[in-house]
Amino acid sequence: MNQLMKEKIVLRVISKFLIPYILLFALYVQWHGDFGPGGGFQAGVIFAAGFILYALIFGVNTVREVIPAYATRALLAIGVLTYALVGVASILMGGKFLDYNVLAHEPTHGQHIGILLVELGVGITVASAMITIFCTFAGRAEDKEEDAET
Amino acid sequence: MSLDFPGLFNYWLIIILMMIGFYIVIAHGNLVKKIVGLNVFQVSVFLLYITMGKVEGGTAPILADGIEVYSNPLPHVLILTAIVVGVATTALGLALVVRIKETYTTIEEDEIDAMENQG
Amino acid sequence: MSDDLIIAVLMVFMALTGVAIARLHNLFAVVMLTGIFSLLGAAAYVVLDAVDVAFTEAAVGAGVSTVLMLGTLALTNSEEKPAPPKNMLAALAVVGITGAVLIYGTLDMPHFGDPNAPIHHHVAPRYLNDSGTEIGLPNVVTSVLASYRGYDTLGETFVVFTAAAGVLAILGRVRRPKRRDERAQTTEQTSGGGKS
Repeated sequence: MNQLMKEKIVLRVISKFLIPYILLFALYVQWHGDFGPGGGFQAGVIFAAGFILYALIFGVNTVREVIPAYATRALLAIGVLTYALVGVASILMGGKFLDYNVLAHEPTHGQHIGILLVELGVGITVASAMITIFCTFAGRAEDKEEDAET
Repeated sequence: MSLDFPGLFNYWLIIILMMIGFYIVIAHGNLVKKIVGLNVFQVSVFLLYITMGKVEGGTAPILADGIEVYSNPLPHVLILTAIVVGVATTALGLALVVRIKETYTTIEEDEIDAMENQG
Repeated sequence: MSDDLIIAVLMVFMALTGVAIARLHNLFAVVMLTGIFSLLGAAAYVVLDAVDVAFTEAAVGAGVSTVLMLGTLALTNSEEKPAPPKNMLAALAVVGITGAVLIYGTLDMPHFGDPNAPIHHHVAPRYLNDSGTEIGLPNVVTSVLASYRGYDTLGETFVVFTAAAGVLAILGRVRRPKRRDERAQTTEQTSGGGKS
């Protein structure tokens, strides 16, 4: 294999064509988890799959320019905090922890808002976790290659 | 304990799958293969739970007009959580295998044991 | 009846894949077969009416898990030792005894698909009946996951966070970010050197 993957024209064109649709499908699955199969976990994994495909074809360093390391670390924590803060907001509004009924003027409305925010937090955490784990593995492989050459 | 088909036949097939995964974990020395066997075992256990939740004549638990019988949603929720936790532990296990390879230059269990007993 | 036939055929395929995984020595083929195993499992979940679970298993098991294992194979060697496992008979005996005990345990279970099974009569009817009025979402699995059992899902999110933090702690290396011209230099050396 004497050609880098990004020089193979079919892979490059098809992946650039597909990645926006993968990310769009992930957003669709995230928001429509209430009406059909889907939800936070599936959407997070599909969103990460778009970035992993980009990293496989164009290299880990290129994808790290799109999402730097500090951004994935921050998003990991922001996702979990979103979930926990919805629970704390319920306490501040007079209910129990993670009681969504008190978040709006009527209970079903509050449940909708609560579930939306909670699934968003889960989706953000799962997507950043998968991207972080993959880029850590791949970055280690590139380090090994560079150390072997020098 | 009447054996009208398929009765309990599905559960026995699933137990055979679980035992295949269990055999892969305990009989092989290569660490990556052990993790693969653990994944096979996991998928079979999830299949067991989902099979217990199915109701005859039911559909997926998404409320719609005109449908009376639904399958039980509780095993689905449990297994959803379990799948995600499973991939988290697989990722951590694979990271440990990479570090073991860098330290001992092998991922076969008996060679690692031999190195540990020597040094 | 045709549903049962489909499920039985899928499980037979899964068993054949499992036996192939046990016997192959080339780890690349083993990882690919694991992806196939997860995908067959996802198909079985769809026939068993678990659509959310099938979605997650296909994305996670046949997608991310396979990629991570291939990444591990790139960092370690890719052949298992070609000798048969030396304690094969003892392993088969343990596996056989465990399987026999488990099958003996299933003799008390209700039959597959029985609507009078005890698990369908305690909390599940309450969730199915009241989810429409209390929460108002069609997908009962999402409403149970995020609202009725929301505390467990919070714990699960923490588990995912911990796994990513653990992988960073085990494998992350702090290196100074390379400047663009340095990186271009090494890329030239890599592609011009003609590694076989």
